[in-house]
Amino acid sequence: MSSATDVYLPYDEAISRYEPIIGIETHVELGTNSKMWCGCSTAFGAEANTHVCPVCLGLPGSMPVVNRQAIESTIRIGLALNCTIADWCRFARKNYFYPDMPKDYQISQYDEPLCFDGYLDVTVATDDGPQVVRVEIERVHMEEDTGKLSHTGGATGRIHGADYSLVDYNRAGIPLIEIVTKTVIGTGKLAPEVARAYVTELRDVMRALEVSDVRMEEGSMRCDVNLSLNKPGDGWGTRSETKNVNSLRSVERAVRSEIERQASVLDSGGRVIQETRHFNEDTGRSTSGRSKEQAEDYRYFPEPDLLPMAPSRDWVEELRAGLPEMPSVKRARLMIEWQISEFELQTLANSGAIERVEATIAIGVDSSAARKWWTGELLRVANEQGLELDQLNVTPQDIQQVEVLIASGALNDKLARQVFEGLIGGEGTVDAIVQSRGLAVVSDDGALLAAIDEALAGQPDVAEKIKSGKVQAAGAIVGAVMKATRGQADAAKVRSLLLERLGVSE
Amino acid sequence: MSDLIRQSAATLAAAIASRETSAVEVTQVHLDRIAAVDDKVHAFLHLTGDSALAQAKSIDARIASGEQLGPLAGVPLALKDVLAMKGEPTTAGSRILEGWRPPYDSTVVQRLRAADIVILGKTNMDEFAMGSSTEHSAYGPTHNPWDLDRIPGGSGGGSAAALAAFEAPLAIGTDTGGSIRQPASVTGTVGVKPTYGGVSRYGQIALASSLDQPGPCARSVLDTALLHAVIAGHDPMDSTSINAPVPDVVGAAQRGDVRGMRIGVVKELGGDGYQAGVAQRYTEALNLLQDLGAEIVEVSCPHMEYALGAYYLILPSEASSNLARFDGMRYGLRAGDDGSNSVEQVMAITREAGFGPEVKRRIILGTYALSSGYYDAYYAQAQRVRTLITRDFNAAFEKVDVLASPTAPTTAFKLGEKLNDPIAMYLNDVATIPVNLAGICAMSLPVGLAPEDGLPVGFQFMAPAMADDRLYLAGGALEAALVDKWGHLLIEEAPSL
Ligand SMILES: [Zn+2]
Repeated sequence: MSSATDVYLPYDEAISRYEPIIGIETHVELGTNSKMWCGCSTAFGAEANTHVCPVCLGLPGSMPVVNRQAIESTIRIGLALNCTIADWCRFARKNYFYPDMPKDYQISQYDEPLCFDGYLDVTVATDDGPQVVRVEIERVHMEEDTGKLSHTGGATGRIHGADYSLVDYNRAGIPLIEIVTKTVIGTGKLAPEVARAYVTELRDVMRALEVSDVRMEEGSMRCDVNLSLNKPGDGWGTRSETKNVNSLRSVERAVRSEIERQASVLDSGGRVIQETRHFNEDTGRSTSGRSKEQAEDYRYFPEPDLLPMAPSRDWVEELRAGLPEMPSVKRARLMIEWQISEFELQTLANSGAIERVEATIAIGVDSSAARKWWTGELLRVANEQGLELDQLNVTPQDIQQVEVLIASGALNDKLARQVFEGLIGGEGTVDAIVQSRGLAVVSDDGALLAAIDEALAGQPDVAEKIKSGKVQAAGAIVGAVMKATRGQADAAKVRSLLLERLGVSE
Repeated sequence: MSDLIRQSAATLAAAIASRETSAVEVTQVHLDRIAAVDDKVHAFLHLTGDSALAQAKSIDARIASGEQLGPLAGVPLALKDVLAMKGEPTTAGSRILEGWRPPYDSTVVQRLRAADIVILGKTNMDEFAMGSSTEHSAYGPTHNPWDLDRIPGGSGGGSAAALAAFEAPLAIGTDTGGSIRQPASVTGTVGVKPTYGGVSRYGQIALASSLDQPGPCARSVLDTALLHAVIAGHDPMDSTSINAPVPDVVGAAQRGDVRGMRIGVVKELGGDGYQAGVAQRYTEALNLLQDLGAEIVEVSCPHMEYALGAYYLILPSEASSNLARFDGMRYGLRAGDDGSNSVEQVMAITREAGFGPEVKRRIILGTYALSSGYYDAYYAQAQRVRTLITRDFNAAFEKVDVLASPTAPTTAFKLGEKLNDPIAMYLNDVATIPVNLAGICAMSLPVGLAPEDGLPVGFQFMAPAMADDRLYLAGGALEAALVDKWGHLLIEEAPSL
């Protein structure tokens, strides 16, 4: 069927006619040492089916026992998101069949979440400056991850057409939390930006709490985006659910694209159907998945193998008192302390550099220098290599040493970049790299004068120009000297020596 | 020591400890007995004779070296096939688990091993513990040793029959709605459903998690208490396990005293629908208790008439979820996997081939009761009834120390008699089910033979949660008085086969 929806309505047109209503469900894998119901390790990347036991394999007779650390993390998340913490709640079983589900039901929280009724304030840039939007949180509940299927044979890597499928249960039973927003209304054309800002802020909160490594590309944080369009004056539209959106950029793109798609459907007189959709990172478009009209009945009921949870109020208050500074509060503080703009701060936050910069400043490096290196050279290299900043082989102590050498005149910025290149390449310590690469600034006057004389001899016409008073021509000679010393000379010093040599003053 | 197979577990343990006999000899005579009679009884699905003899040998060696072992060391036991035992087949009476050998021991099995109790084998049961006759086993029925044409009770018929056929002096059962007590009742043996959470369920293949409870079975009250003490106690692997000291059940069984005890007779569990001989022996037992110094008080539990209805909604609901994992994907039977079927079809074909009719009936019932639109009318309503029944019991236990009723409305019925009438079968558990709904504890012990058919009649004591010792105090007294009267335990009158 070729449909009008292959060509979407341009965003500006779509948004001028319809009001988007969004809702976001975010799954976060908790970074606990052991799984949700057993003592098995949660370490990522182990050989298939090595981190398993009767409990997480759901073997007949096995029973779950709840992980206290996971409850603690969930309560802390709830508190950080300004939620009420239930004084009594239960787990429920969500019953459905799937080959990677060990028990063929998932233990989750249904109508009795541990945390509910919270909010998260997020900031988006608008033409009129930054605008704060409050995203209300309906609930934060606990559940467990499933195993991972891989389908072998067949062209698509999907189950249909595969010769056989393998299941890895290492992930089965890893604690997950789901954070569900209430419907977000009134964002207008900013809906995609609000969605992205919300997920970004959520990620930063998780990082600050140190409850998850929140790596979207590894799936430890993933989003489902609900969206419907409302024509002013009409009732609410039918919503779609775009599943497993796996990057911040994709959250924004998924919302934007879905607004365009639904607007096209409605504009051509069609009807939006309630369905799940799968977002394709390459095309930026989603494709239709299972229709909700054939949705399963999960037959929820209270999990009889687990006792209800009743976190003591003392414990909750103790956890509240132990919460770290929230990212928004911290940003406000850093803007003042570091004297930087909201925009620059946002860049720092998006790159994940704030913690690195802070650690660097904490050991005595000037704040602008710390920011310059982390968000400049190092972030560039990290992006090139597809790494996070904290995965680079550079420590705050390295930055400190480099800065000391620059201050003493032994290094300049250009040479410093080569030092970092050596560090990232694993060539050793800062001092060792300066030694082995021969990077120290050339400051021996004799050597510099020899290089100057050689350059003057090579460009006699330029030498004449300078002598006749055209001082700006000195750059050509300085450049030649810098080239001859492979950048290891102090350019300002070369310039003054040159002018002195020719008897010219500025 | 003559006729080892007829001795009590306590006597056998003492004889093994004093080296009057050996654990190997005791194990061997029971294996011989099984070899001689189990063709007729079919109490066992799988024997673990080699490992039992090896274990017995090491027990004897440790005793010879002067080691002091526990009070049941070297005594053989029959294990209901619903409890995981590492490396040994564990089928729950179902085809769908044929050939599955668990890679782990259930907590009950761990504790039996730690107490040096020798496991002879796995006993027959209704498939996934659904039934009151052991006729729903996928591996064929068990026969009642008192009359081989009759049922041994269910679902733990294999365990009870093994005791009554003198194939083992101890057995483990599980009780979801009476599956320990009703088989005890119809085989003239003793069975206890401990307080919910009193014995760990870890490793018990779940039927209905909120009702299931493993428990001890034996031929005397004291043997039952000794086994109870071995398997009970907190288990961190089971969240619903009670973290409190186990009441002194052994001391209570030894004391056996009802003087001054107030025994409540539940009005709603007496009278109507009981076989005449059952009612007669029940009344005689009450009179005997009164003679022993107990006060008999009638109490009313008005919501008990709804217990059966609530139970047959809650049980299938939980069962439909617990049995979901048997889908042919990970262990046990897989059918229809010839490359022409989808995953969903393989699951469906496997379940069609692997589950028997009673299991299917209850899965469908439970799926329906939990489905959206019916949840409130069925499951939620049943849970409300459950709460009311618990309140009934609480109110009754404010007036009396224990409650009493017949265990089952009839003696053992004929094999096949109720197989095609599920409702009639369900009614058999009418007196036992309220106990599971409320999570309290109860015991069935034999109080004589019904005059009309010469078959054993069971008497049920019920006690509040965590007051399991009261069952043994009352049961011990009643048993002692009956032994005085008859000159022996009732089980001595069982046919020799
Ligand atoms: Zn595990």
